[in-house]
Amino acid sequence: MSTAIAPPRAGVKEEQPYVDPTKKRYTGRKLLGLVVVWVALWLVVKNRDTLELPFAQTTGLHTWLNDFRDSIEGSGQSNWFMKYVIGGISAALNGIITALQGLLSTAVFPRPVPEIGWLGVMALIGWVTYALAGIRSTILVLVCTFLFGVFGLWQFSIDLLIITFVAVFICVIIGLPLGILMARNQRVSAVVTPVLDLMQTMPSFAYLTPMALFFGIGPACAVAVTLVYAIPPLVRITEHGIKSVSANTIEASRSLGLTSRQLLRQVQLPMARRTIIVGVNQCTMAALSMATIAALVNGPGLGKPVVSALQTLNIGAAFVGGLAIVLMAIMLDRTTTAASERAERRGGHTDVASVGGPGVVKNIVWLERLPRWASEEGYESPPRKHLSNAGRRFAIGLLVVPVLIAVVLSRTYLSLAQFGSFENVPVLSFLSGPKLASVVNTVVRSFVDAVDTFTNGFKEVVTVWFLNPLQALIATSPWWLMALVLLAIAYFLGGWRPTLVTAVCEAVILGTGLWNDAMVTLTMTLVATLLVMIIAVVLGVGMGRSRRVDVIIRPFLDAFQTIPAFVYLVPALALFGPGRFTAIVAALVYAVSIATKLVADGIRGVSPTTVEAARSSGVTPWQMISKVQLPMAREALVLATNQGLLYVLSMVVIGGMVGGGSLGYIVVAGFSQRELFGKGLAAGLAITALGVMLDRIARHAAARYES
Amino acid sequence: MTEPALQVKSLWKIFGPNAEKLIGTPDLQLSRKELQTKSGHVIGVRDVSFDVAPGEVFVVMGLSGSGKSTLVRLITRLIEPTSGEVILDGQDITKLSDPALREIRRNKVSMVFQHFGLLPHRKVIDNIAFGLEVRGEGKDSRRNRAQEMVDLVGLSGYERNFPEQLSGGMQQRVGLARALAADPAVLMFDEPFSALDPLIRRDMQNEVIRLHHEVGKTMVFITHDLQEALKLGDRILIMRDGAVIQIGRPDEVVGAPADEYVRDFVSEVPKSHVLTLRWVMREATGTEAAGSPVLQASTIVRDAARAVLATHGPVRVAEGDRVVGIVDDEDILRVVVAEDAS
Repeated sequence: MSTAIAPPRAGVKEEQPYVDPTKKRYTGRKLLGLVVVWVALWLVVKNRDTLELPFAQTTGLHTWLNDFRDSIEGSGQSNWFMKYVIGGISAALNGIITALQGLLSTAVFPRPVPEIGWLGVMALIGWVTYALAGIRSTILVLVCTFLFGVFGLWQFSIDLLIITFVAVFICVIIGLPLGILMARNQRVSAVVTPVLDLMQTMPSFAYLTPMALFFGIGPACAVAVTLVYAIPPLVRITEHGIKSVSANTIEASRSLGLTSRQLLRQVQLPMARRTIIVGVNQCTMAALSMATIAALVNGPGLGKPVVSALQTLNIGAAFVGGLAIVLMAIMLDRTTTAASERAERRGGHTDVASVGGPGVVKNIVWLERLPRWASEEGYESPPRKHLSNAGRRFAIGLLVVPVLIAVVLSRTYLSLAQFGSFENVPVLSFLSGPKLASVVNTVVRSFVDAVDTFTNGFKEVVTVWFLNPLQALIATSPWWLMALVLLAIAYFLGGWRPTLVTAVCEAVILGTGLWNDAMVTLTMTLVATLLVMIIAVVLGVGMGRSRRVDVIIRPFLDAFQTIPAFVYLVPALALFGPGRFTAIVAALVYAVSIATKLVADGIRGVSPTTVEAARSSGVTPWQMISKVQLPMAREALVLATNQGLLYVLSMVVIGGMVGGGSLGYIVVAGFSQRELFGKGLAAGLAITALGVMLDRIARHAAARYES
Repeated sequence: MTEPALQVKSLWKIFGPNAEKLIGTPDLQLSRKELQTKSGHVIGVRDVSFDVAPGEVFVVMGLSGSGKSTLVRLITRLIEPTSGEVILDGQDITKLSDPALREIRRNKVSMVFQHFGLLPHRKVIDNIAFGLEVRGEGKDSRRNRAQEMVDLVGLSGYERNFPEQLSGGMQQRVGLARALAADPAVLMFDEPFSALDPLIRRDMQNEVIRLHHEVGKTMVFITHDLQEALKLGDRILIMRDGAVIQIGRPDEVVGAPADEYVRDFVSEVPKSHVLTLRWVMREATGTEAAGSPVLQASTIVRDAARAVLATHGPVRVAEGDRVVGIVDDEDILRVVVAEDAS
């Protein structure tokens, strides 16, 4: 087929830099070999040295931790650090929250109702929303808060709002200056970034127990854990926003003779305002998510009814609580987004949609980019009519009057102070808590019956084909074999650095005495991540290749990301009943949106010239995907896997609440049973070690593909 | 006259939601800007027709936005034409089904891109073999063929490197080799050297000329660089606002510009490097220069200058055996000096 070409050597005049031809790593073959050796050895030595620890049994470390707790509780009065620093913070937080609760949500003796009744609270909330975000958000917020009352969850909802807002307030006070400092000072950034990394890598369940140890269970602890979870996104986005002010602008400003302070206040902050408000949005959503989970450490809020409903397997009640949480998420998200859009009208716009949740890759913040169509359209949308600033201020001032009247009324009439029952009101009666719960229970029961074959089939397939064999392999391998296998995987994928980290993490897990439980958790994490990646690749490729698919799917993913983690347990529990599989499904749903977005971004990021060149070579669509787009999006795929792993891990352990077993369950049990406290703390430690290990391996594997 | 290797017949591309409905309406007489304000449609390519002979190097030239890159993509339907025909190898490309179109792309036409479009995760040799791989050739045969191409474009020794380890010029050699590997009937170049340094660009242009001599492929070459067009093209098509302004040999374009636009365009060109004796000769009156040396009419002025200046008196100009005119020192100098004056 080749034409007769006698090739005379072409004259290359260009000088080429000398480069070593790249050596092939054969990672795939090495891993395959490893698995073969592993399975062979497993057949010989399985069920030996698996380090299984029965649930009620504790190790020396656990008892020691129990004693440690006792000594800390005892030292509350004697140790100056515990008494004045931690005790002071704890007392201050508890005081603020109790005061706010007394004002807004909880009756304080001798008053039969809170200082301000529901009507007054709603008026105040509406007024604040109007001032921050405008009339549309206000209507949404008023409808949502009213529904909280109808659900019969008024007090829980307002409590959750209080916790969330106190946490966000503290986040802003600490996080904003910190982010600004990091953007302006390389050294501070270098010191703080790894700390933020760790905070985001740790699954939220892991630090519940230690926090409870210091702050005691209750509102102060709830705020503290929420703080840990919610502050990193704000700091990172603030830093990014300030740093991404164009160097040209800064140079031009400097040449005008601005001082450093003027530069910050008059150039960098105004230009980064929109991005910073996105940071506040992310911080608020994270705070809400964590404040719900904080119900486990007796934090006030909507998490409480959901936790107790989940533990009694009352799907209907859990659904109502979950619905309230989702409504609150929507209302907070819309409000902060509207506020940031308002900031955009005043100049400055952003390309940042959100930051990765637990876990950040490559030591730099991974920021979720808006696809071009989204930011372009957002930018070009025809301007709506808005009140002028003066007019808005006037309206806000004017509205103070009705708000005050509402407050006074709510202090005067009991029916306006205490949210009544709506069971006898037409239409609304269907929305009242108990009624709705029973309706949901009926519907869910019939629905679950209807799809039983499908769900059970799915459960069966995944359990029999993935979960059981993998669990058998991982959890019944002797610990030394498993440890070696993990070390080898780390080495093959990422080199000696992650291998070192893996060794340390393994030592920590061994030290906690929960090796076997950690391996079971690892199995669940791996299976769920595998499923996540299958779905993410299918959806992500579709989204990356077709704008239309992207436009249809993206809003769902956005919505999924807004919903606090906790809520995912409810539908999963309804469909699959209690058990480890439910935890896997919840983790799957929780992680799939972030992974899908990353894959889609990777596919979209493939150079259009390359795609065109491949098309002109006559590739079929399948060849385009398998030979061009997926290989070129390799880095994004690894990144998606990394994020998927961390999201899944954090959710799998939360799944311990619905019978997910292993580490997550031990953490939960640590709160309720005093003698298991030490074991719960150790489980948190093991979860962290597992998370750090998975993150490091994936991160270094990703670094290898970086160009 | 042999069958053309490629025929393009009144090809249109209109971007916009209802492009098909516009075809045949009087709206198409409007200028680009008018149509855009009127209906939101943009004309990419306006009624373009041309033939390319086998083995010819056909250059499409125009400034950015003139529609030349769109035109070359219409030919292989990387962009779908709105109307018109493209006939290649006896088939109308515009009517082919997707699989048939893929066959054409795999076997008949290859393309070289401005930004190379290489696959960063594959080694040089696997990039070159990519087209063969997608059409299902075995590993050995495609490796052998790719190795031939590596040698042909002077990449020997770099087969095992990844594209980004190479300089821009070398990467484009990979692009060139990839296009040649499929042994296509027609090669398309979309501004292949615009991203390269001037010296390397010149190098690569010579490389294309060399390859054309060796493999004798039909080439369609897109450029915005007039020098490049004149240097490489057997014929040049000049585009403006999506429409054809002139098609002709380099000397025709320079010697007889179709309009002010083209005249302005070619005004800076050293005419003696492009024009042939045909453009400067006078009619032979009687036996004026009998016995003087004979030069062919297609000789470029610069190449003829020495011979003419060395002869006292005029020199005869012939097409084949027939004398068609004469030139003397004066005629030659007018071309050379005039361009200094301009």
